[in-house]
Parts: sequence; C-alpha cells; structure tokens
Amino acid sequence: MKLTLTIWRQRDRAAKGRFVSYRLDDVNPEMSMLECLDVLNENLSERGEEPVAFEHDCREGICGSCGFMISGIAHGPLPATTVCQLTMRHFKDGDELVLEPWRSKSFPLVKDLIVDRRSLDRIVQAGGYVSVSTGNTPDGNALPIGKDIADRAMDAAACIGCGACVAACPNGSAALFTGAKIAHLGLLPQGQPERDERAVRMVAQMNAEGFGGCTNIGECVAVCPKQISPEVLARMNLDYLVGSWKHRHGTVTAISPIIGWGPDET
Amino acid sequence: MAVTGAILFLFVVGHLLGNLQIFDGASRLNAYGRLLHNLGELLWIVRAVLVVCVLLHIATAAQLAVRNWQARSVGYRRKRSINSTYAARTMYWSGPIVMAFVIFHLLEFTAGYIHPGSRFTEGDVYHNVVAGFRVWWVSAWYIVSITLLGFHLRHGIWSAFQSLGINHPRHTPVLKLGALWIAGLIVVGYISIPISVLLGWVR
Amino acid sequence: MRLDAKIPAGPIDQAWDTARFEMKLVNPANKRRHTLIVVGSGLAGASAAATLGELGYNVFCFCFQDSPRRAHSIAAQGGINAAKNYQNDGDSIYRLFYDTVKGGDFRSREANVYRLAQNSVRIIDQCVAQGVPFAREYGGSLENRSFGGAQVSRTFYARGQTGQQLLLGAYQALERQVDAGQVKMFPRTEMLDLIVIDGRARGIVARNLVTGRLTIHIADAVILASGGYGNVYYLSTNAKGSNATAIWRAHKRGALFANPCFTQIHPTCIPVSGDYQSKLTLMSESLRNDGRIWVPKRKGDGRSPDQIPEEERDYYLERRYPSFGNLVPRDVASRNAKAVCDEGRGVGTTGLGVYLDLAEAITRLGVGTIRERYGNLLDMYQRITDEDPYKVPMRIYPAIHYTMGGLWVDYHLQSTIPGLFVLGEANFSDHGANRLGASALMQGLSDGYFIIPYTVGNYLTTEKPMKLDESHPEAQAALKGAGQRLKRLLEIKGKRTVDSFHRELGKIMWNDCGMSRNATGLNNAIGQICALREEFWQNVTIPGSGDDLNQSLERAGRVADFLELGELICIDALERNESCGGHFREEYQTTDGEAQRNDENYSYVAAWSYTGADSRPELNREPLAFAYAHPSQRSYK
Repeated sequence: MKLTLTIWRQRDRAAKGRFVSYRLDDVNPEMSMLECLDVLNENLSERGEEPVAFEHDCREGICGSCGFMISGIAHGPLPATTVCQLTMRHFKDGDELVLEPWRSKSFPLVKDLIVDRRSLDRIVQAGGYVSVSTGNTPDGNALPIGKDIADRAMDAAACIGCGACVAACPNGSAALFTGAKIAHLGLLPQGQPERDERAVRMVAQMNAEGFGGCTNIGECVAVCPKQISPEVLARMNLDYLVGSWKHRHGTVTAISPIIGWGPDET
Repeated sequence: MAVTGAILFLFVVGHLLGNLQIFDGASRLNAYGRLLHNLGELLWIVRAVLVVCVLLHIATAAQLAVRNWQARSVGYRRKRSINSTYAARTMYWSGPIVMAFVIFHLLEFTAGYIHPGSRFTEGDVYHNVVAGFRVWWVSAWYIVSITLLGFHLRHGIWSAFQSLGINHPRHTPVLKLGALWIAGLIVVGYISIPISVLLGWVR
Repeated sequence: MRLDAKIPAGPIDQAWDTARFEMKLVNPANKRRHTLIVVGSGLAGASAAATLGELGYNVFCFCFQDSPRRAHSIAAQGGINAAKNYQNDGDSIYRLFYDTVKGGDFRSREANVYRLAQNSVRIIDQCVAQGVPFAREYGGSLENRSFGGAQVSRTFYARGQTGQQLLLGAYQALERQVDAGQVKMFPRTEMLDLIVIDGRARGIVARNLVTGRLTIHIADAVILASGGYGNVYYLSTNAKGSNATAIWRAHKRGALFANPCFTQIHPTCIPVSGDYQSKLTLMSESLRNDGRIWVPKRKGDGRSPDQIPEEERDYYLERRYPSFGNLVPRDVASRNAKAVCDEGRGVGTTGLGVYLDLAEAITRLGVGTIRERYGNLLDMYQRITDEDPYKVPMRIYPAIHYTMGGLWVDYHLQSTIPGLFVLGEANFSDHGANRLGASALMQGLSDGYFIIPYTVGNYLTTEKPMKLDESHPEAQAALKGAGQRLKRLLEIKGKRTVDSFHRELGKIMWNDCGMSRNATGLNNAIGQICALREEFWQNVTIPGSGDDLNQSLERAGRVADFLELGELICIDALERNESCGGHFREEYQTTDGEAQRNDENYSYVAAWSYTGADSRPELNREPLAFAYAHPSQRSYK
C-alpha cells in the first residue's frame, strides 16, 4: 500500500522545526508503524539524508519508550496499543499520516519525534516508592493481601510511563501517570506508612514540573496503552486532600526540574 | 473548585425552584420576592457567600487555565478527541459565557439597570420577568446561556466528585448519568419560563 | 591463565555464609568516600545501584535509554522462581539448585547455583515489601504456578508482566536513592570504553547520546549489568537497543568472555513475516500446555490448515517424544521445529513456521477456559498477525531469546580485571548451557540485591584503590580512543546502511550458529563474518554528525562490536565438540538425534581472552566439578 507520512523534523531543541512529507510506495500491511519508519529511514540513509529520530526499544509494547501522535491521536487509532504494535493494516491505502512528537512543556523536544521525559522520573523520585532498604523485610506471606486489592494494585501498576496521557490531555496534565503510582502503592498495605506524604510530594512535583491540571476530561484514559482507569485520578485527589490536611509542615519542596544535558545537569 | 462549584450548584437549584413559582401566578412569585427581601441581613450573607464562591471559582479556574495553557506552549497541528464529552472540553468557554450572562441577568432583573422592553418595577418580580422575556433577544440570550450552564453542570457535577476523590467502577457511571439528567432538568426548568412567556402561556 | 573461581571450601550449603564471614567490611563512615559505577539499569543494575546507595556508597548509574525504567528486564513475562515451598509440594533450596544445574546441562558452577537458590527466597520477600503486586490467592497469600516443565509450583508472577513489576520495584528503589542524593543517574548515556589503570578497572568513558559529548568517569570499582548479546543475531526477542558494547569493550580490555556459544532459543515466537521485520515477539511457552504442535505430512503442502485432514498432519513432538510430547524443553522443541521446516514442511508464506493448534483444547475445555488462561496472549497474537487463534491454528517459530554466556566472573562476580564486576545476563555464571524458565529474573536480582553489596565492599577494603582523577594518562588515552573510533565510523561515508550489515550478520549467525551447528558451517560463518566486518569498515554509511543525537551512529558502534563478538561465538561453538543445552553440534548426537554431551573432555567453562584484532583469541579453561548434582543424560522420550 501507498502512504504519505508527514513528520515533524527538528534537529534539536534550539532549532526551528517543520513538517516534511515523505511518500512510501511499498508499505506492507503486516509492518508495525515503527518498521514502516525503519523502511523510510533506510531509504533516507541510502540517500545520505538524516533518518527520522524516534524513540523505541522493546517493540513489544511494554518498555514505554515509543510513542508519538498519529494524525492527532496518541499512539494512533487502535486502542490499548503502542505504536510499536500498531500494524499498518489499520490504515487505508493512500492515507496521509501526520506524525508529531508529544507536545508538552514538561517534555522538551530532543530531536524529531523524541522528547525528554525525565520529568516523569522526577515525579517517581518524589516519593513514588516504598522506603524499604534491601534486606529489611519480613516473609513474603507475612502480610496477606486480598486478591481484589492485589488485582487493583496491579491494574494501576501496569503503567509503562510512555507519556501518552500527557500528550493527549487538552490540559497537558500528568495526573494519570502520577495517579497510577499513587494508587498502586496506596492500595497496598506496604504503601500505607508513606501514603499521605507520597501523594503530597508527588503532586507537588507534578506541579513543579509544569504539567497542567486535571479537569477530568478523560482523553488520557482513551489513549493509555495499558488502559489505566480514571479511578486512579480520584485516588490521587483523595490522598492529596487527606495528605495536605494532615501535613504538619508548611512547605513541600520539589526537586528542581532539569532540562539540559550538560555534565552537571544529568 | 469542586467545593465552590457545589455551593453554586445548590444556588442554581434553589433559584430554579423559586422561579418556577411564576407558573403559580403573579402574587405567589411577588410574595416569594418579598420574602427574600425581608430576610434582611441573611440575604446579604447568602449573597456574600455566593459572591465569594463565584470569585473563588473564577480565580481557581483562571489559575488552572493559565497553567494548562502554559503546559503546552507548542500546539498540535492535528489533534483529535476520542473519549471526552463536548461539555468537558469546553468548561473554559461555558464558564465565562455563563458569567457574562449572570452579570446581565443581575443588571436586568435584580438591579433593573438594563431592562429593555418595559420599565423595571421594583418589587413586581412577575411583571419584570414577563416583560423582560417578551423581548425576543433577551429570551434567546437567556436560553443559550442556560444551555451552556447545562453543559457546564453536566461535566461539573460528576467531575466535582472525582476531584474530591470519589470514583467507583459501579457507582461513577450512575453518577455520570445522574449528572446528565440533573443538568437536563435544570435547563428544561429554566428555559420553560422564557418559552412560556414568548408563547403567551404566561402573561 | 589459571582461573580461580574463589569458591569457599566446605559444604555447599555453607559456602556463601563462609564467604560472607571471610569478606572484609567497609567502615560505614568510609563508604561515602567510595564511588562506584553501575552500567545498566535493568534488574541487576538497578537493584545493585539502589542497594549500594542504601549502604552509603556514591553511585553513578548509566543507561542508554531515556529512563532507567525502560531496561529490557521489563519485557520478561513468565515469572520468577523461588524455593519458598509455599505450595508444600516438595520444593526446597536443594531441589531448585539441582533443577537449575541439570537444566543447564551440567555446564554451570555448582556453588554459584546453590547460592542463587538460597537467595531466591529473600528476593520474593524484598519485592513484596517494595509493593510488587504479585498474584495472590483469595485468602491473601502469594500464588504460584508451575512453569517451564518444572514438577513443583515455585514460580511467582504478576500477570504476564512479572519482569515489568520487578523492574519497577528496583527502579523505584533506585529513584529513592537518586532523591536521597546517593545515586546519580545518567540516562541517554552509553559506555564506550573501560578505563583500566594499574591492572584495575577504574572508570569508564561514556557518550552523552543527546549532545555527543564524551566524558570520563572515575570510580573505585565498575559494575557491568548491561544484559545479554542476543542481538548479534539481529532478529531476537531482545529490545532493539540491547547491545554487547559494554561487555565487549571490557573484554578487549582484558576481561575473559566465557561460553559465548551458549545461546538460548525460545520455541514459541511469532514467525518472521518479511524482510522489514525488526524484532521477534515472544508468545509465552505456557501455550504449549494446551496447544498441539504440527506440520503437514506432505512437503510444500500449500493448503490452509483447515483443509488438511487429521491423517495428513504430523504431530511431530508427540510422535517423537511420547512421554513429554509438546512439553519437551525449549532446546528440543526448537530444534525439531527447525528440522521439519528444513524438510520443506514449514507453514506460512515464508515456510518458516509450525502450527500451534488450540482446537483440541477448545473442544475439550471450551473457549471460555482458553480465553481465561491465555486471553492476553491471544489478543496480542491477533493484533500482530490479524488471525484469530481461536479459529485458525497459531503459527510459531523459534527465536533467539537469551544468552547464557557472558563475561567470566568468579564467586564474587568479579571478572578477570580486578575491580570489574559483572552481574545478570552480562555474566556467564549460573545457567550453564541452557537456562530454565523464570530463572533470569531470579539471577539478576540475586546478583544485584544480595551478592554485589558484599563482594564489592570486600574488594574495596582488600585492594584499597588509590585516589586518582580524569587527568590520568590511561583515562585520557581511553577517551581519545573512543573519540577516534567514532570519528573513523563517521568518515567512512560508504554506501550500505548500518542495519543492512546487521541484518546480514544476523542471517549468517542464525543459519550457521543458530539452533544447530556443524564444523563446516561454523568455519564458513567465520570467513563470512570476517569479510563482512572488513566491508563494514569500508562501506558503511552514517548520516549526520557526532555532536548531536544520532541513532545511526549509536547503532554503528554496537554493530561493529557484534561483528567481532559474532566471530568469537562461532569460534567457541567450533571448539566445543559436543552438544549440550542450547549448543547442538550436528556431529555429536545420539542415534535417535538427541544432544550428546561429552563430560570427559568438555566439562569446563571456555573462557576466551582477547589477543588483538587479527589474532585468534586464546582459550582458558575453568574445569567444572560436580560434587552434588551428578551429570546424567537428559531424556524426554
């Protein structure tokens, strides 16, 4: 099949970007979206042009590396699917696909379709864990956890951190990502001791990173490759409200966001 | 935002119940108007609470809007919505329009500064309403604004629960449906008045 | 070179206790004076970096991905073994140890494996405490399943995403240490060389993949946890970015490479569909519990599967292995699939595939049960192939999945370069010639959480590394060398893309050093690889420059290393004149076509030392002794 790919090309953050259209005449419907870009890149390389930079790694939908907008939808039209598992048979012969990077102030552009998502790592740094050091643990079965709770925690923990929720949100909010971690740990008994503090700190970090606020629109849930439930948003709000109320100090300090790549910045 | 929204929602419901007395005739509505006026300080307390809520609601919304606007400094060339209601995406539009309407509405029916079509008569609520709505564009403006208020409530009612941390796979769908119905009933209730006036059922 | 594995004397069940007692400790106040480098942030790397940070060391952790959470451990599906015996079904540390040694076809080191089995128990406790949402029974206790043909249920799992959840546990522990200031994370940074000063590993040269800047990082010890080298075959179940650069550069600096030819092939992957194919997707082998594997009896039978009557189908595994049938181990199932395809009876457009048919199970158990058991997997299959596995038999084919070989390490996980430690899939230590299912996660975490924290401390106190800085001539030389290599790659400006070389290398490796190997093929492959390597350095084209993000340049560096490593794999396979585990030499099989081990001559670890670009690597042998698990021939008839 024939396709036109209109792709955002931008050399680096400082450079000016633009859309460039490429025609592909021999697209196999069995290819994944990323393999389609591989073919394009092979052609470009052979012509001595710079290939399109796009992030990818496992190519089986679990690492969370890949992702871009395909004609206005994060990860493309197929629900619960990352671009690496999206096969081209879901498009029609002659289609024009517009490929754009995730657009968010908190995801500064690196190159072409690649953005910098270290802001998500910093949200996890701000309490997205159980503070237990290696060795200091009781027997695995010492703490029974009902199947229902374990399953719900697993539903929330399935997040792959791809950033599609932020990209799709009209507000540019990272609430689904943050809420998923708060819900995962907040549901489990292991997560209780730090539940209040965790929610307060992670939300503060999310705000400090410059993500937008959640107004419960619901686009995030629709594009989430792991179909994280909007329930996690409510849990985050509740834990945050309770946590803020109980908080005993006036201020919550956030980690300062870093966007550079210099030796002292990484 | 959820809390102030909830208080304002209560006002919207109370105001509607009061207004619907128009169908019971002039004396009933005017008596209700007098009752409110006779509340004295209490009325001013209620008004103050409402004004504070409105201001807070606007302030938080503006704050959020600025933040959200800044969160995406470079926009998409193409962006499609796939799972959200029109109401949810347009809260920033329906809100200010409803606000503009409320100001007009207060000037027209409470203060009487603007009262096209006839002379504003202090105390004769029934007359003011009926005369006001006979002007077609006043009614049209009212109907459009109330419909937008409906949209605002359709998202706002269930969203407030979500913001306060209440979500349940079994109950939230019921809540969403409920929000749609409540918003719908409120719109129908309010716009029944100008429509009745225009059709001459209430004169 | 005499290889001293430093295994403590005495009974095997006390070896680790003995070793730990004999190890010297670092004074708590001194820990913060030591800097350690961890390369890789998968299960082994993240768990090591987090734990060392908790202990008070300054840790620098490097990963080439944009976040440590992307490491390929995340893709492990099945589960993690532990000898908890929660199911009361006869499991024990000793049994897990024995199964692992036997599963590895008696080519692993007993003491290491025993320690692995001991640590397995604590790994589960650690992960539970971190909040890993393992599957639970209704009563709240941990659930187990039997996996990979094991006779006991000792596998802990979190849906089909066990690797993801364990990695996120380690990642969160790591981020906690980043927040505490103990670990400094370097994402999008790739190690390009090891800095060896006075015979000790003292740092690395790394390249920032965004700015292209090369930097020197000095430390008191270097820990490599950079994963396996399956991508030398181009198509594998590994992530696209998985590479051997860190271990290969360390090898060239003097670390021995052990058993490179021990590669594992997974029998149930979705077959290749065309030349553009970039990776292979695994279908959990649990499908073999209910699926029957068959091919048409007639060669070149082009009919669709539903047109082929029962009597014209060959259920070859059931026919050849009546007692194990479709559940034979991974290596046996893979080799048989290849054999029937080589006979021309393969299915699908490429002829490289066999049917895995759920029809019989669906009739017996109903669609509901099958959907409940394998729903997620079958959905994924349908998404990729556009075929409904509930109606049409699935097509599967073996693919490279894991590499048991890696840098040689002693009992302390230290390589032959003092101060260079190697963890997880990057080392060779625990799986012998074949890895059992659900053991890779166990090894990564055992190495990172429970072994390296002790052994690295012992190294620091006994060796007392001197203070030095980046200006040291050796460090500067390594930096210069790395820069020159990149420059050379960029200056070739040839005609062929990096991927085309990689794909060709993969084909050579797969055809001649894949599921079955023979001397002629291996010699042939060595010649082809050398020629290809030569062409690569003359004719590769790398668009773009070296001072910004350049994915072609990143890949070129990795492929250049694969072109060297591929040759070593073939040399090792040629040298090992026996069949064992994943290494099947056609010349060495029993009369009925099964692998034939040669314990008399090949019961050793083959550890290769690098002797220069143009000279043959040198073989060093570490003899293996089996005092507990006595070698026996595997039989599945």
